[in-house]
Amino acid sequence: METLERIVMAHPFFAGLESELGPLIAGCAKNLRFTAGQYLFRSGEPANEFYLIREGTVALEIQPPGQPPVVYATETTGDIVGTSWLVPPYRWNFDARATTPVRAISLDATCLRNKCEADHHLGYEMLKRFLPEISQRLDDARLQMLDVYARPKR
Amino acid sequence: MSDPFLPTPYRVTSARQELSDVTTLELTPEHGAIPAFQPGQFNMLYAFGVGEAAISISGDPADPTRLIHTIRSVGAVSAALANTQPGTTLGLRGPYGTAWPCAASEGQDIIFIAGGLGLAPLRPAIRHTLANRARYGRVTLLYGARDPSGLLYRTELEHWRTLLDVDIHITVDHADPSWHGNVGVVPRLIPRLGLDPLNTTAMVCGPEIMMRYSATALHDSGLPLERIHVSLERNMKCAIGLCGHCQFGADFICKDGPVFRYDLVAPRLAIREL
Repeated sequence: METLERIVMAHPFFAGLESELGPLIAGCAKNLRFTAGQYLFRSGEPANEFYLIREGTVALEIQPPGQPPVVYATETTGDIVGTSWLVPPYRWNFDARATTPVRAISLDATCLRNKCEADHHLGYEMLKRFLPEISQRLDDARLQMLDVYARPKR
Repeated sequence: MSDPFLPTPYRVTSARQELSDVTTLELTPEHGAIPAFQPGQFNMLYAFGVGEAAISISGDPADPTRLIHTIRSVGAVSAALANTQPGTTLGLRGPYGTAWPCAASEGQDIIFIAGGLGLAPLRPAIRHTLANRARYGRVTLLYGARDPSGLLYRTELEHWRTLLDVDIHITVDHADPSWHGNVGVVPRLIPRLGLDPLNTTAMVCGPEIMMRYSATALHDSGLPLERIHVSLERNMKCAIGLCGHCQFGADFICKDGPVFRYDLVAPRLAIREL
Protein backbone atom coordinates (compact mmCIF):
# COMPACT_ATOMS: atom_id res chain seq x y z
CA MET A 1 0.00 0.00 0.00
CA GLU A 2 1.28 3.45 -0.93
CA THR A 3 2.03 5.62 2.08
CA LEU A 4 0.88 9.22 2.30
CA GLU A 5 4.49 10.35 2.43
CA ARG A 6 5.30 8.61 -0.85
CA ILE A 7 2.22 10.08 -2.51
CA VAL A 8 3.10 13.60 -1.33
CA MET A 9 6.74 13.33 -2.36
CA ALA A 10 5.79 11.91 -5.79
CA HIS A 11 3.70 14.99 -6.62
CA PRO A 12 5.44 17.25 -9.18
CA PHE A 13 5.19 20.22 -6.83
CA PHE A 14 7.70 18.55 -4.51
CA ALA A 15 10.03 17.31 -7.26
CA GLY A 16 13.63 17.46 -6.09
CA LEU A 17 12.78 17.92 -2.43
CA GLU A 18 15.19 16.10 -0.12
CA SER A 19 13.59 12.99 1.29
CA GLU A 20 14.34 13.99 4.92
CA LEU A 21 11.63 16.66 4.66
CA GLY A 22 9.01 14.15 3.49
CA PRO A 23 7.82 13.03 6.96
CA LEU A 24 7.48 16.66 8.10
CA ILE A 25 5.22 17.54 5.17
CA ALA A 26 3.31 14.27 5.17
CA GLY A 27 2.55 14.84 8.86
CA CYS A 28 0.30 17.73 7.79
CA ALA A 29 -1.31 15.85 4.86
CA LYS A 30 -4.50 13.96 4.32
CA ASN A 31 -6.08 12.25 1.33
CA LEU A 32 -9.30 13.74 -0.04
CA ARG A 33 -11.77 13.09 -2.81
CA PHE A 34 -14.22 15.54 -4.35
CA THR A 35 -17.08 14.76 -6.67
CA ALA A 36 -17.64 16.79 -9.83
CA GLY A 37 -19.39 20.03 -8.87
CA GLN A 38 -18.26 19.95 -5.26
CA TYR A 39 -16.45 23.05 -3.96
CA LEU A 40 -13.02 22.64 -2.39
CA PHE A 41 -13.56 26.05 -0.78
CA ARG A 42 -15.43 29.29 -1.25
CA SER A 43 -14.31 32.89 -1.33
CA GLY A 44 -14.22 34.47 2.14
CA GLU A 45 -13.61 31.20 3.98
CA PRO A 46 -10.41 30.80 6.01
CA ALA A 47 -7.52 29.39 3.97
CA ASN A 48 -6.75 26.52 6.30
CA GLU A 49 -5.12 24.28 3.70
CA PHE A 50 -3.76 23.99 0.20
CA TYR A 51 -4.21 21.13 -2.23
CA LEU A 52 -2.00 18.95 -4.41
CA ILE A 53 -4.13 17.63 -7.26
CA ARG A 54 -3.36 13.97 -7.84
CA GLU A 55 -6.04 13.52 -10.48
CA GLY A 56 -8.85 15.62 -11.90
CA THR A 57 -9.55 19.25 -12.69
CA VAL A 58 -10.50 22.19 -10.49
CA ALA A 59 -11.98 25.46 -11.81
CA LEU A 60 -11.04 28.68 -10.04
CA GLU A 61 -13.96 31.10 -10.14
CA ILE A 62 -14.81 34.63 -9.13
CA GLN A 63 -18.36 35.82 -8.69
CA PRO A 64 -19.03 39.33 -10.03
CA PRO A 65 -22.05 40.80 -8.20
CA GLY A 66 -25.32 40.02 -9.97
CA GLN A 67 -23.59 38.07 -12.73
CA PRO A 68 -22.76 34.42 -13.38
CA PRO A 69 -19.41 33.20 -12.01
CA VAL A 70 -16.36 33.63 -14.24
CA VAL A 71 -13.83 30.80 -14.48
CA TYR A 72 -10.41 32.43 -14.81
CA ALA A 73 -8.19 29.36 -14.46
CA THR A 74 -8.32 25.60 -14.27
CA GLU A 75 -5.82 23.50 -12.39
CA THR A 76 -5.34 19.88 -13.25
CA THR A 77 -3.41 16.70 -12.42
CA GLY A 78 0.01 17.63 -11.06
CA ASP A 79 -0.96 21.22 -10.20
CA ILE A 80 -1.60 22.82 -6.84
CA VAL A 81 -4.59 24.84 -5.67
CA GLY A 82 -4.19 27.67 -3.20
CA THR A 83 -1.51 30.09 -2.09
CA SER A 84 -3.65 32.15 0.33
CA TRP A 85 -2.63 29.90 3.25
CA LEU A 86 0.83 31.53 3.07
CA VAL A 87 -0.24 35.15 3.36
CA PRO A 88 -2.15 36.79 6.24
CA PRO A 89 -5.08 37.04 6.79
CA TYR A 90 -5.16 33.46 5.35
CA ARG A 91 -8.49 33.83 3.57
CA TRP A 92 -9.62 32.55 0.16
CA ASN A 93 -10.38 35.21 -2.43
CA PHE A 94 -11.94 32.90 -5.01
CA ASP A 95 -14.01 29.74 -5.26
CA ALA A 96 -12.48 26.38 -6.23
CA ARG A 97 -14.88 23.88 -7.80
CA ALA A 98 -14.10 20.34 -8.93
CA THR A 99 -15.19 20.00 -12.56
CA THR A 100 -14.38 16.27 -12.60
CA PRO A 101 -13.94 13.75 -9.80
CA VAL A 102 -10.81 14.95 -8.02
CA ARG A 103 -8.31 13.07 -5.91
CA ALA A 104 -6.17 15.45 -3.90
CA ILE A 105 -3.86 15.76 -0.95
CA SER A 106 -4.82 18.49 1.47
CA LEU A 107 -2.03 20.04 3.53
CA ASP A 108 -3.06 21.64 6.81
CA ALA A 109 -1.96 25.28 6.75
CA THR A 110 -1.48 25.86 10.46
CA CYS A 111 0.48 22.63 10.82
CA LEU A 112 2.72 23.49 7.88
CA ARG A 113 3.21 27.13 8.86
CA ASN A 114 4.26 26.05 12.36
CA LYS A 115 6.74 23.55 10.95
CA CYS A 116 8.13 26.15 8.53
CA GLU A 117 8.52 28.59 11.42
CA ALA A 118 10.37 25.98 13.48
CA ASP A 119 12.48 24.73 10.58
CA HIS A 120 13.49 27.56 8.28
CA HIS A 121 15.09 25.15 5.84
CA LEU A 122 11.66 23.58 5.30
CA GLY A 123 10.18 27.07 5.07
CA TYR A 124 12.71 28.09 2.42
CA GLU A 125 12.06 24.92 0.41
CA MET A 126 8.33 25.68 0.50
CA LEU A 127 8.88 29.29 -0.58
CA LYS A 128 11.16 28.15 -3.42
CA ARG A 129 8.20 26.17 -4.74
CA PHE A 130 5.44 28.67 -4.07
CA LEU A 131 7.14 31.83 -5.34
CA PRO A 132 7.50 30.60 -8.94
CA GLU A 133 3.82 29.56 -8.81
CA ILE A 134 2.79 33.02 -7.64
CA SER A 135 5.05 34.72 -10.17
CA GLN A 136 3.72 32.52 -12.99
CA ARG A 137 0.13 33.31 -12.03
CA LEU A 138 0.89 37.02 -12.06
CA ASP A 139 2.34 36.68 -15.57
CA ASP A 140 -0.73 34.73 -16.67
CA ALA A 141 -3.04 37.35 -15.15
CA ARG A 142 -1.19 40.13 -17.01
CA LEU A 143 -1.58 38.29 -20.30
CA GLN A 144 -5.27 37.67 -19.63
CA MET A 145 -5.72 41.33 -18.70
CA LEU A 146 -4.33 42.37 -22.09
CA ASP A 147 -7.27 40.59 -23.74
CA VAL A 148 -5.07 39.74 -26.71
CA TYR A 149 -7.80 37.98 -28.70
CA ALA A 150 -10.23 40.87 -28.56
CA ARG A 151 -11.30 42.58 -31.77
CA PRO A 152 -8.49 45.02 -32.68
CA LYS A 153 -9.25 48.67 -31.98
CA ARG A 154 -9.26 50.90 -35.06
CA MET B 1 6.31 40.96 -68.43
CA SER B 2 2.96 40.85 -66.65
CA ASP B 3 1.89 43.58 -64.26
CA PRO B 4 2.49 42.28 -60.70
CA PHE B 5 -0.29 44.51 -59.41
CA LEU B 6 -2.94 43.16 -61.78
CA PRO B 7 -5.37 40.96 -59.83
CA THR B 8 -6.86 37.77 -61.25
CA PRO B 9 -10.66 37.50 -60.99
CA TYR B 10 -11.94 34.82 -58.61
CA ARG B 11 -15.55 33.94 -57.90
CA VAL B 12 -16.76 33.42 -54.35
CA THR B 13 -18.33 29.95 -54.30
CA SER B 14 -19.26 29.93 -50.63
CA ALA B 15 -19.19 32.23 -47.62
CA ARG B 16 -19.41 30.66 -44.19
CA GLN B 17 -19.79 32.73 -41.06
CA GLU B 18 -17.39 31.25 -38.51
CA LEU B 19 -17.84 33.81 -35.72
CA SER B 20 -19.85 37.01 -35.44
CA ASP B 21 -17.08 38.98 -37.20
CA VAL B 22 -15.22 36.19 -39.00
CA THR B 23 -16.09 34.66 -42.38
CA THR B 24 -14.48 31.94 -44.45
CA LEU B 25 -14.61 32.40 -48.22
CA GLU B 26 -14.10 29.68 -50.80
CA LEU B 27 -12.81 31.02 -54.09
CA THR B 28 -12.40 29.55 -57.54
CA PRO B 29 -10.69 31.28 -60.48
CA GLU B 30 -12.90 32.58 -63.27
CA HIS B 31 -10.18 31.48 -65.73
CA GLY B 32 -7.37 28.98 -65.39
CA ALA B 33 -6.15 26.97 -62.41
CA ILE B 34 -5.43 27.86 -58.82
CA PRO B 35 -1.70 28.40 -58.39
CA ALA B 36 -0.01 26.02 -55.95
CA PHE B 37 0.68 27.47 -52.53
CA GLN B 38 2.65 26.47 -49.48
CA PRO B 39 1.24 26.45 -45.92
CA GLY B 40 1.81 29.85 -44.35
CA GLN B 41 1.60 31.93 -47.53
CA PHE B 42 -0.95 34.67 -48.15
CA ASN B 43 -2.85 36.26 -51.00
CA MET B 44 -3.85 39.86 -51.64
CA LEU B 45 -7.64 39.92 -51.94
CA TYR B 46 -9.23 42.87 -53.72
CA ALA B 47 -12.78 43.99 -52.97
CA PHE B 48 -13.36 46.02 -56.13
CA GLY B 49 -14.07 49.64 -55.40
CA VAL B 50 -12.99 49.32 -51.77
CA GLY B 51 -9.42 48.09 -51.61
CA GLU B 52 -6.95 45.26 -51.15
CA ALA B 53 -5.87 43.35 -48.03
CA ALA B 54 -3.38 40.60 -47.26
CA ILE B 55 -5.18 37.45 -46.14
CA SER B 56 -3.52 34.17 -45.16
CA ILE B 57 -4.52 31.08 -47.07
CA SER B 58 -6.31 28.78 -44.66
CA GLY B 59 -7.29 25.83 -46.84
CA ASP B 60 -5.75 22.54 -47.78
CA PRO B 61 -2.60 22.87 -49.91
CA ALA B 62 -3.36 19.47 -51.46
CA ASP B 63 -6.78 20.57 -52.75
CA PRO B 64 -6.34 22.26 -56.17
CA THR B 65 -10.06 22.96 -56.61
CA ARG B 66 -10.61 25.84 -54.21
CA LEU B 67 -8.81 28.55 -52.31
CA ILE B 68 -9.91 29.22 -48.76
CA HIS B 69 -9.43 32.39 -46.75
CA THR B 70 -10.72 33.21 -43.29
CA ILE B 71 -11.27 36.93 -42.79
CA ARG B 72 -11.99 38.99 -39.72
CA SER B 73 -13.97 42.16 -40.30
CA VAL B 74 -11.79 44.88 -38.80
CA GLY B 75 -11.56 47.78 -41.26
CA ALA B 76 -13.30 48.90 -44.43
CA VAL B 77 -11.55 46.44 -46.75
CA SER B 78 -11.74 43.40 -44.49
CA ALA B 79 -15.39 44.22 -43.74
CA ALA B 80 -16.16 44.34 -47.46
CA LEU B 81 -14.37 41.01 -47.98
CA ALA B 82 -16.01 39.37 -44.97
CA ASN B 83 -19.46 40.46 -46.12
CA THR B 84 -19.00 39.15 -49.65
CA GLN B 85 -21.79 36.94 -50.91
CA PRO B 86 -21.42 33.80 -53.08
CA GLY B 87 -21.30 34.68 -56.77
CA THR B 88 -19.34 37.89 -56.19
CA THR B 89 -16.10 38.42 -58.07
CA LEU B 90 -12.98 39.39 -56.10
CA GLY B 91 -9.51 40.20 -57.35
CA LEU B 92 -6.61 38.08 -56.16
CA ARG B 93 -2.83 38.34 -56.33
CA GLY B 94 -0.53 35.71 -54.94
CA PRO B 95 0.46 33.50 -53.33
CA TYR B 96 3.18 35.45 -51.55
CA GLY B 97 5.59 35.07 -48.70
CA THR B 98 7.50 32.41 -46.85
CA ALA B 99 6.06 29.12 -45.65
CA TRP B 100 5.92 27.05 -42.48
CA PRO B 101 8.86 24.60 -42.40
CA CYS B 102 6.73 21.50 -43.06
CA ALA B 103 9.25 19.71 -45.29
CA ALA B 104 12.23 20.60 -43.11
CA SER B 105 10.41 19.26 -40.04
CA GLU B 106 9.86 15.75 -41.37
CA GLY B 107 11.05 13.13 -38.91
CA GLN B 108 10.57 15.47 -35.96
CA ASP B 109 7.87 16.15 -33.40
CA ILE B 110 5.69 19.13 -34.30
CA ILE B 111 3.93 21.49 -31.96
CA PHE B 112 1.43 23.94 -33.44
CA ILE B 113 0.48 26.84 -31.18
CA ALA B 114 -2.41 29.02 -32.31
CA GLY B 115 -4.12 31.94 -30.66
CA GLY B 116 -7.46 33.35 -31.79
CA LEU B 117 -7.56 33.84 -35.54
CA GLY B 118 -3.97 32.54 -35.69
CA LEU B 119 -5.40 29.08 -36.28
CA ALA B 120 -6.28 30.13 -39.85
CA PRO B 121 -2.70 30.60 -41.17
CA LEU B 122 -1.66 27.40 -39.37
CA ARG B 123 -4.47 25.27 -40.72
CA PRO B 124 -2.79 24.45 -44.07
CA ALA B 125 0.29 23.24 -42.18
CA ILE B 126 -1.84 21.19 -39.79
CA ARG B 127 -3.76 19.62 -42.67
CA HIS B 128 -0.52 18.88 -44.52
CA THR B 129 0.95 17.26 -41.40
CA LEU B 130 -2.14 15.14 -40.78
CA ALA B 131 -2.32 14.10 -44.44
CA ASN B 132 1.30 12.97 -44.21
CA ARG B 133 1.15 11.75 -40.63
CA ALA B 134 3.75 8.99 -40.99
CA ARG B 135 6.43 11.53 -41.87
CA TYR B 136 6.25 13.19 -38.45
CA GLY B 137 6.75 12.17 -34.86
CA ARG B 138 4.46 13.35 -32.09
CA VAL B 139 2.02 16.04 -33.25
CA THR B 140 0.53 18.50 -30.75
CA LEU B 141 -1.83 21.44 -31.20
CA LEU B 142 -2.33 24.06 -28.52
CA TYR B 143 -5.13 26.49 -29.28
CA GLY B 144 -6.19 29.46 -27.21
CA ALA B 145 -9.13 31.81 -27.59
CA ARG B 146 -10.72 34.61 -25.61
CA ASP B 147 -13.70 32.50 -24.56
CA PRO B 148 -15.51 29.40 -25.88
CA SER B 149 -17.53 31.47 -28.38
CA GLY B 150 -14.28 32.63 -30.00
CA LEU B 151 -13.06 29.17 -31.05
CA LEU B 152 -12.54 28.94 -34.80
CA TYR B 153 -13.21 25.85 -36.95
CA ARG B 154 -15.05 24.02 -34.15
CA THR B 155 -16.18 21.14 -36.35
CA GLU B 156 -12.67 20.54 -37.58
CA LEU B 157 -11.25 20.81 -34.06
CA GLU B 158 -13.75 18.18 -32.94
CA HIS B 159 -12.68 15.95 -35.84
CA TRP B 160 -8.97 16.36 -35.04
CA ARG B 161 -9.76 15.43 -31.45
CA THR B 162 -11.10 12.07 -32.61
CA LEU B 163 -7.77 11.22 -34.20
CA LEU B 164 -5.74 9.02 -31.93
CA ASP B 165 -2.33 10.26 -33.00
CA VAL B 166 -2.75 13.99 -32.45
CA ASP B 167 -2.60 15.66 -29.06
CA ILE B 168 -5.05 18.60 -28.93
CA HIS B 169 -5.22 21.06 -26.03
CA ILE B 170 -7.71 23.91 -26.14
CA THR B 171 -7.81 26.69 -23.60
CA VAL B 172 -9.72 29.95 -23.20
CA ASP B 173 -8.82 33.06 -21.24
CA HIS B 174 -12.10 32.98 -19.33
CA ALA B 175 -15.39 31.09 -19.40
CA ASP B 176 -18.64 30.60 -17.57
CA PRO B 177 -19.10 27.43 -15.51
CA SER B 178 -20.82 25.62 -18.40
CA TRP B 179 -17.42 25.29 -20.11
CA HIS B 180 -15.78 22.01 -19.14
CA GLY B 181 -12.47 22.61 -20.89
CA ASN B 182 -9.26 24.25 -19.85
CA VAL B 183 -9.11 27.90 -18.74
CA GLY B 184 -5.85 29.83 -18.75
CA VAL B 185 -3.32 31.30 -21.14
CA VAL B 186 -1.73 29.17 -23.86
CA PRO B 187 1.89 29.39 -22.60
CA ARG B 188 0.79 27.78 -19.32
CA LEU B 189 0.07 24.54 -21.21
CA ILE B 190 3.58 24.20 -22.59
CA PRO B 191 5.50 22.95 -19.50
CA ARG B 192 2.89 20.22 -19.01
CA LEU B 193 3.55 18.64 -22.41
CA GLY B 194 6.86 16.93 -21.73
CA LEU B 195 8.34 17.99 -25.06
CA ASP B 196 11.41 16.35 -26.56
CA PRO B 197 13.05 19.75 -27.03
CA LEU B 198 15.91 18.78 -29.33
CA ASN B 199 13.60 16.89 -31.67
CA THR B 200 10.67 19.32 -31.84
CA THR B 201 9.77 22.11 -34.25
CA ALA B 202 7.27 24.72 -33.11
CA MET B 203 5.02 26.74 -35.42
CA VAL B 204 3.31 29.60 -33.61
CA CYS B 205 0.68 32.03 -34.86
CA GLY B 206 -1.49 34.48 -32.96
CA PRO B 207 -1.35 37.92 -31.39
CA GLU B 208 2.27 39.01 -31.22
CA ILE B 209 2.49 39.16 -27.44
CA MET B 210 0.98 35.68 -27.16
CA MET B 211 3.63 34.42 -29.59
CA ARG B 212 6.38 36.04 -27.51
CA TYR B 213 5.12 34.48 -24.27
CA SER B 214 4.71 31.11 -26.02
CA ALA B 215 8.21 31.26 -27.50
CA THR B 216 9.60 32.06 -24.05
CA ALA B 217 7.76 29.09 -22.54
CA LEU B 218 9.01 26.83 -25.35
CA HIS B 219 12.57 28.04 -24.82
CA ASP B 220 12.22 27.53 -21.06
CA SER B 221 11.21 23.94 -21.90
CA GLY B 222 14.50 23.52 -23.74
CA LEU B 223 13.52 24.25 -27.34
CA PRO B 224 16.30 26.12 -29.19
CA LEU B 225 15.02 29.46 -30.50
CA GLU B 226 15.88 28.45 -34.07
CA ARG B 227 13.37 25.58 -33.80
CA ILE B 228 10.56 28.07 -33.18
CA HIS B 229 8.80 29.68 -36.14
CA VAL B 230 6.31 32.54 -35.96
CA SER B 231 4.06 34.29 -38.47
CA LEU B 232 4.17 38.07 -38.23
CA GLU B 233 1.62 40.58 -39.37
CA ARG B 234 2.12 44.18 -40.46
CA ASN B 235 0.26 46.47 -42.84
CA MET B 236 1.05 45.02 -46.26
CA LYS B 237 0.31 46.93 -49.45
CA CYS B 238 2.34 45.82 -52.47
CA ALA B 239 3.13 42.28 -51.19
CA ILE B 240 6.30 42.12 -53.30
CA GLY B 241 8.77 44.09 -51.19
CA LEU B 242 8.60 47.39 -53.04
CA CYS B 243 6.49 49.84 -51.07
CA GLY B 244 7.99 49.47 -47.57
CA HIS B 245 4.69 49.55 -45.68
CA CYS B 246 5.46 46.27 -43.92
CA GLN B 247 9.14 46.96 -43.25
CA PHE B 248 10.30 45.31 -40.06
CA GLY B 249 13.89 46.36 -39.44
CA ALA B 250 15.92 44.92 -42.31
CA ASP B 251 13.07 42.71 -43.50
CA PHE B 252 9.83 43.19 -45.36
CA ILE B 253 7.13 41.02 -43.84
CA CYS B 254 5.53 40.42 -47.25
CA LYS B 255 8.70 39.20 -48.96
CA ASP B 256 10.96 37.89 -46.18
CA GLY B 257 8.04 36.66 -44.07
CA PRO B 258 5.36 36.31 -42.88
CA VAL B 259 6.89 33.12 -41.43
CA PHE B 260 10.19 33.78 -39.67
CA ARG B 261 12.56 31.79 -37.55
CA TYR B 262 12.09 33.22 -34.08
CA ASP B 263 15.78 33.68 -33.28
CA LEU B 264 16.06 36.01 -36.29
CA VAL B 265 13.25 38.35 -35.22
CA ALA B 266 13.07 38.06 -31.42
CA PRO B 267 15.33 41.06 -30.65
CA ARG B 268 13.25 43.26 -32.97
CA LEU B 269 9.96 42.18 -31.41
CA ALA B 270 11.09 43.86 -28.21
CA ILE B 271 11.55 47.24 -29.95
CA ARG B 272 8.42 49.32 -29.45
CA GLU B 273 8.99 51.52 -32.49
CA LEU B 274 8.90 48.49 -34.82
